[in-house]
Amino acid sequence: MAEVDESSKPMFAGLSDVSISTDIPVEGEINVPVGTSSQDDEYSTLDEPVKDTILRDLTAVGKKFVHVMYPKKSSALLRDWDLWGPLLLCVTLALMLQGGSVDSKEDEGPQFAEVFVIIWFGSVIITLNSKLLGGTISFFQSLCVLGYCIMPLTVAMIVCRLVLLGGSGKVSFIIRLLVVTASFSWSTFASTAFLADSQPTNRKALVVYPVFLFYFVIGWMILTFSQST
Amino acid sequence: MMASPDDLKFQEFEEATDLLSADPGASTLSMSGTSSTAPASATGDIKLDMSDNEEGQEESSELLGGEKRTSAFWTFEYYQSFFNVDTMQVLDRVKGSVMPLPGRNFIRHTLRSSPDLYGPFWICVTLVFSVAISGNLSTFLRSMGDSQYHYRPQFHRVMIAAVVIFMYAWLVPLGVWGFLTWRQREERQQSGYSFLETVCVYGYSLFIYIPTSVLWILPFEWLQWLLIVVAMVISGSVLVLTFWPVVRDDTKVTAFGTVATILVLHALLAIGCKMYFFQTATHTITPEPVPTRSLNHTTVILTTKSH
Repeated sequence: MAEVDESSKPMFAGLSDVSISTDIPVEGEINVPVGTSSQDDEYSTLDEPVKDTILRDLTAVGKKFVHVMYPKKSSALLRDWDLWGPLLLCVTLALMLQGGSVDSKEDEGPQFAEVFVIIWFGSVIITLNSKLLGGTISFFQSLCVLGYCIMPLTVAMIVCRLVLLGGSGKVSFIIRLLVVTASFSWSTFASTAFLADSQPTNRKALVVYPVFLFYFVIGWMILTFSQST
Repeated sequence: MMASPDDLKFQEFEEATDLLSADPGASTLSMSGTSSTAPASATGDIKLDMSDNEEGQEESSELLGGEKRTSAFWTFEYYQSFFNVDTMQVLDRVKGSVMPLPGRNFIRHTLRSSPDLYGPFWICVTLVFSVAISGNLSTFLRSMGDSQYHYRPQFHRVMIAAVVIFMYAWLVPLGVWGFLTWRQREERQQSGYSFLETVCVYGYSLFIYIPTSVLWILPFEWLQWLLIVVAMVISGSVLVLTFWPVVRDDTKVTAFGTVATILVLHALLAIGCKMYFFQTATHTITPEPVPTRSLNHTTVILTTKSH
């Protein structure tokens, strides 16, 4: 009788006759292949020679410098941001801009801390401004771009100091003015190429103007640097 | 029985289509444009909910008649609502601040209930640097004939300029707004300005000082005073046109006193900046203990005009 019943019923209908006692525990093993690549990476950076680690970071920083010198609309600068380059440039610039000792305390140039604070606070404020206006760039990406684009101005500072070694007359002033103007335009143009894409079209000028002001002020500080006699 | 729910539904859809047609993706909405749907817009103080920047949320919150910004003050979106402006809007507001026409209240006409903080903040920053840099340049140009003059960057002045201008731009609107709100409560008037709108008016009214401070480099004393007068007239009239409609219902003494105080403080800022940053040659040279100066002829001319 059971056979006749089974052949006429549809599939799986026989399962209704099956009863599983709840006392029997169900056991088994589920294996998910876990990628051990993360562990391998940690091992590899610990294992590799220090020279390789340092060179990798230096290469990344160097590549970004090249990107700033020839600003194309590539996203490499944005994707792999790092703050080593901005720190290096900021420290170099602040060291070179340090005001020498002048007669009265009020009239001397900016100190190291002042330049440092202006550059970093300025970058933070511009980044906040860009984000408040609805930009899609992240905080540290923007800091990275603004910091790397100070490079033309740092080069201009080095050139200005060399020119000042030759004398501080009118000719040297005109040379310095031209160099600073060129490098400040380059900085603004380079950072705009990276930052302007992240804003809606009708707000681009609102984001570019603070960047222009920032590099203008730094350019002014470079131009007015004078060695104390 | 079925008529009234349908009527209500129709009215809602009409409102929605009105609002949707009045808002073609613009990020500022003026209550005067949609006055048919919001009869309370005649009295001041209705804030549109500009918090979340998505257009859909804007429309829905306007349908709900939201008056408050929905984000709390510790979220980022709250502060984003203060920067909800486009380039053309900022330029329009700047234009409105340098061309005050009688009858055009800056807050009602140009801001239209969407004050922003972008303009005031960046105008103050630009003013700080323009005053400091122009002052530096003017000192340098005055002393160019002196071979013994050594150029000084005078970086200290930037910080002083920053402190003074930012304190003016925040504390004076706070005082004016507090005073006006207290008077408004006492007299039970309805129209008043929010704190943000007051800060906005003051910020944009400072814009005229930026070209003024650059023109102060020219070393003509009469030109500098003329520039101060022109800037004061323009900037002061923007402020007067904005605040006069609010105080005019008050007692005569309070009304004139308030307007006079606003103008005097504004003038003090301009004159103080000029005096401190664009000092005449005498002030910068006197600390030096050098007896003979080749600038004696210029000091004689300048001392007759300055004190």
